[in-house]
Amino acid sequence: MDQNQNIPTPASPDGRGDHQGKDVRRGRNDIIFISALLLILAIIGLGFFLFRKEGSSVTVEVGGQVYGEYSLSRDTVVDIATGDGELNRLVIRDGKAFVETATCPDGICVGHRPISRMGESIVCLPHQIVITVTDGVDEGPDIVV
Amino acid sequence: MKPSAKKIALLGLCTAIAMVFAWIESLLPPLVAAVPGIKLGLPNIVIVFVLYRFGWREAASVSFVRIVAVSLLFGNPVTIAYSLAGGFLSLLGMTLLKKTDLLSTTGVSVAGGVLHNAGQILMAMLIMSTAGLGYYFIILAVTGTVSGIFVGLCGGFAVRRVRIR
Ligand SMILES: [Zn+2]
Repeated sequence: MDQNQNIPTPASPDGRGDHQGKDVRRGRNDIIFISALLLILAIIGLGFFLFRKEGSSVTVEVGGQVYGEYSLSRDTVVDIATGDGELNRLVIRDGKAFVETATCPDGICVGHRPISRMGESIVCLPHQIVITVTDGVDEGPDIVV
Repeated sequence: MKPSAKKIALLGLCTAIAMVFAWIESLLPPLVAAVPGIKLGLPNIVIVFVLYRFGWREAASVSFVRIVAVSLLFGNPVTIAYSLAGGFLSLLGMTLLKKTDLLSTTGVSVAGGVLHNAGQILMAMLIMSTAGLGYYFIILAVTGTVSGIFVGLCGGFAVRRVRIR
């Protein structure tokens, strides 16, 4: 079969110097190529992050189970009860959702800024609550191979 | 030009190795549980090897047979469409980049890894008629780059060291 000429064969020492020079150049090009690729991806990713579209509703999950879904276009107050008198008060106002008060020890969820963009979420770890902005349609990519 | 029996046997062996790699990969736990589709791309080591040692036609044959056979044996036949789209785009990009002779196997296979995931996403957008997979593509492109480096290093090693006589 015809062997590819680009392959440096250890059996031919006379051609090695040239191959090594080429290998070094290719290696340098590799690094430039991969760096440029990652930079472009970072810029696109940042663009996606900054210009995310506004969601239409929030989904509340408690311990992995869907607790409820609430539209962002209607001002409401939802008391999320997780048993033993534990409570997180979710408030939707002016198209944004935030946790107003909570009985959890760390209060991280209360400190979180209001959310309204697709994919943003507020998490209360002690109560196992996840509040995520969605657009009302559940689309989960399912790519296996 | 009539392919020799030896060449056919070698390509068959490569296909078998690619299938074993795909099988091993299917046994490994998902690298990132939250994001499906992130794979190391072990079978692509064989594709890179065949592309450099034989050519794009041979690599395409091995890739095609490997994807169809693995999907029928271990996977869901529906995933054939995703895999074929990924395999096609990946090999197309790698073949063109190899022709420029600017990059080593590492750079070429990074492009292959990213394009493999791009092909899958494009097919998913087509099948599910949604454009909302942009985010997902960014994640898969980054992981495709990382796995492409790994595949390229392994493939390059095989291209240099495996002797066929
Ligand atoms: Zn909390």
